[in-house]
Amino acid sequence: MRCLVTGGNVKVLGKAVHSLSRIGDELYLEPLEDGLSLRTVNSSRSAYACFLFAPLFFQQYQAAAPGQEALRCKILMKSFLAVFRSLATVERSVEKCCISLGGRSSRLVVQLHCRYGVRKTHNLSFQDCESLQAVFDPALCSNVLRAPARVLGEAVLPFPPALAEVTLGIGCGRRVILRSYQEEEEADSTVKAMVTEMSIGEEDFQQLQAQEGVAITFCLKEFRGLLSFAESANLSLSVHFDAPGRPAIFAVKDSLLDGHFVLATLSESDLHSPAPRSPELRRLAPPLQAHSTPHLDDFANDDIDSYMIAMETTVDSEGSRAVPSTSLSPGLRPPCSPGPYSEDNGAEASTQPGTPPPKKFRSLFFGSILAPAHSPPGPSPVLAEDSEGEG
Amino acid sequence: MKFRAKIVDAACLNHFTRVSAMIAKLAKTCTLRISPQKLNFIVSDKVANGGVSMWCELEQENFFSEFQMEGVSAENNAIYLELLSENLSRALKTAQNARALKIKLTNKHFPCLTVSIELLSVSSSSRIVTHDIPVKVIPRKLWKDLQEPTVPVSDVSIYLPVLKTMKSIVEKMKNISNHLIIEANLSGELNLKIETELVCVTTHFKDLGNPQSASADASQDRDPEQMAEVHIDIRKLLQFLAGQQVNPTKAVCNIVSNKIIHFDLLHEDVSLQYFIPAFS
Repeated sequence: MRCLVTGGNVKVLGKAVHSLSRIGDELYLEPLEDGLSLRTVNSSRSAYACFLFAPLFFQQYQAAAPGQEALRCKILMKSFLAVFRSLATVERSVEKCCISLGGRSSRLVVQLHCRYGVRKTHNLSFQDCESLQAVFDPALCSNVLRAPARVLGEAVLPFPPALAEVTLGIGCGRRVILRSYQEEEEADSTVKAMVTEMSIGEEDFQQLQAQEGVAITFCLKEFRGLLSFAESANLSLSVHFDAPGRPAIFAVKDSLLDGHFVLATLSESDLHSPAPRSPELRRLAPPLQAHSTPHLDDFANDDIDSYMIAMETTVDSEGSRAVPSTSLSPGLRPPCSPGPYSEDNGAEASTQPGTPPPKKFRSLFFGSILAPAHSPPGPSPVLAEDSEGEG
Repeated sequence: MKFRAKIVDAACLNHFTRVSAMIAKLAKTCTLRISPQKLNFIVSDKVANGGVSMWCELEQENFFSEFQMEGVSAENNAIYLELLSENLSRALKTAQNARALKIKLTNKHFPCLTVSIELLSVSSSSRIVTHDIPVKVIPRKLWKDLQEPTVPVSDVSIYLPVLKTMKSIVEKMKNISNHLIIEANLSGELNLKIETELVCVTTHFKDLGNPQSASADASQDRDPEQMAEVHIDIRKLLQFLAGQQVNPTKAVCNIVSNKIIHFDLLHEDVSLQYFIPAFS
């Protein structure tokens, strides 16, 4: 494999590596006929990301030497990231970047041709690997929203950097709501975190195909990674999602590249009640802001009386705070319906004994592959290579 | 108990954001006192934690275009809320290009100070950010611990030098010692001093000037050259100095020998009093 990237595209490539580095520790590099793919998956298998750079993205692109099969490889993310560490420097000084694999050296060679004839060569050791491929199909998701990355970037700006998860949903008036997610333990504890909610009008979205009341919760860090890529490339970002617990797909696309981040979403908690709730019920449940986010109209002229709170300021004001709850409406966290997805958990447990997904995220690969239509008899689609390769 | 207020003016909003950022730098948690005319940010540390106290006061009508409140009762027309100052500061920082900001007391299973911000966006659409800051409503019987501190009768009262200069000096002194001695006299001299077994460092400021009124009565018969000194925790002083992003319009320091140091600052229309007790 040999490819040559020039000009501003070097920075685009570097930016993609930066956003991939938010997810996994290993980078899978696979030259395909329809372009170079960079993929990664996180250690708990709850987030997967891939970029595909079309042959036209490169000045030269050769997936494999004539008569040979294309090699794919796995390298440490941090060593590849080091090549593009400072994007400002890359933008200022790198004129072209040549990536080659195979040939005589058993290294992945990344050469940066900089100004003044300076040439930096990085020889990165790699491992052979199977193809990393998550099974997902944005077309199967019933909900889609698409907006310029800048809009979504501004939307996540008010959230604190340390916040782990955010809930995205459609509120009343078809406004798109982002809200900081609090775990139950946090919500019950005496030290409560600030809850932030962002509400954006439908008109800021290029596409909004989702019903009021739907909502998913996912990790903010990975999302921010893709957002910063999309913002720098000035692309639109689309979010494809289904019921809570099913993976959400975040996609960017232009003529030269496409990027997909597949993130596990929080499944509905099964802690509260064993009674399964139908999807219809869930839809009807009050949307995200049961008691907040006034609309523009409300914002301008609401009445003070509606904000009156009846609290005793005597010592027992503790009592009012003992109510175990979060400010999320029940619609966001209804009891779990274990039915259709229960097999996911089994597969997950048997396949990934050492790395349970954090919290209630499901491992998205197994979640999606085990849908009946896809379940393959043979071992052909490799989801993740054996953990101990021969290297 | 009700509280609801609104800011529409961008300058007022910026100023209020700056005040909240300053408070966040000065203290992790603070008490917000809401009364019909004034807002106060109050810190009153336990003696075990260093005993620092702060009293920041602003006139509500200088900031808010609408301000409605109803306290606990007619004769105790005030609300005391304890909150994490970082939360308030972070919430207000998102209001950088806001069209309007509203603050109100709400009850969302627990008491909250809800800050809703209507943002300006490029398109004509409206974006609204809401922050629910959890607060603790402080019961009446604890109010007495949160009253405006009485300014002690000082031995020396002096204008402070530029706070940034002071900060960079104290920052360096902190690497050498945990204690700092501030001394000043009535002829406009102020010294910052650290003493260790190995080294003694003193920075001298002169011609600072002494405010008239404070020095006139109590210390009339005091020798103008005689220093009044106080030993304090250098970190407390540094925290105070680091919180001052803009140089105040007025900055006075009052020293009660070996008891307490009192800083009295005025940022436009916001007054800040900060007390650091002396090491005993």
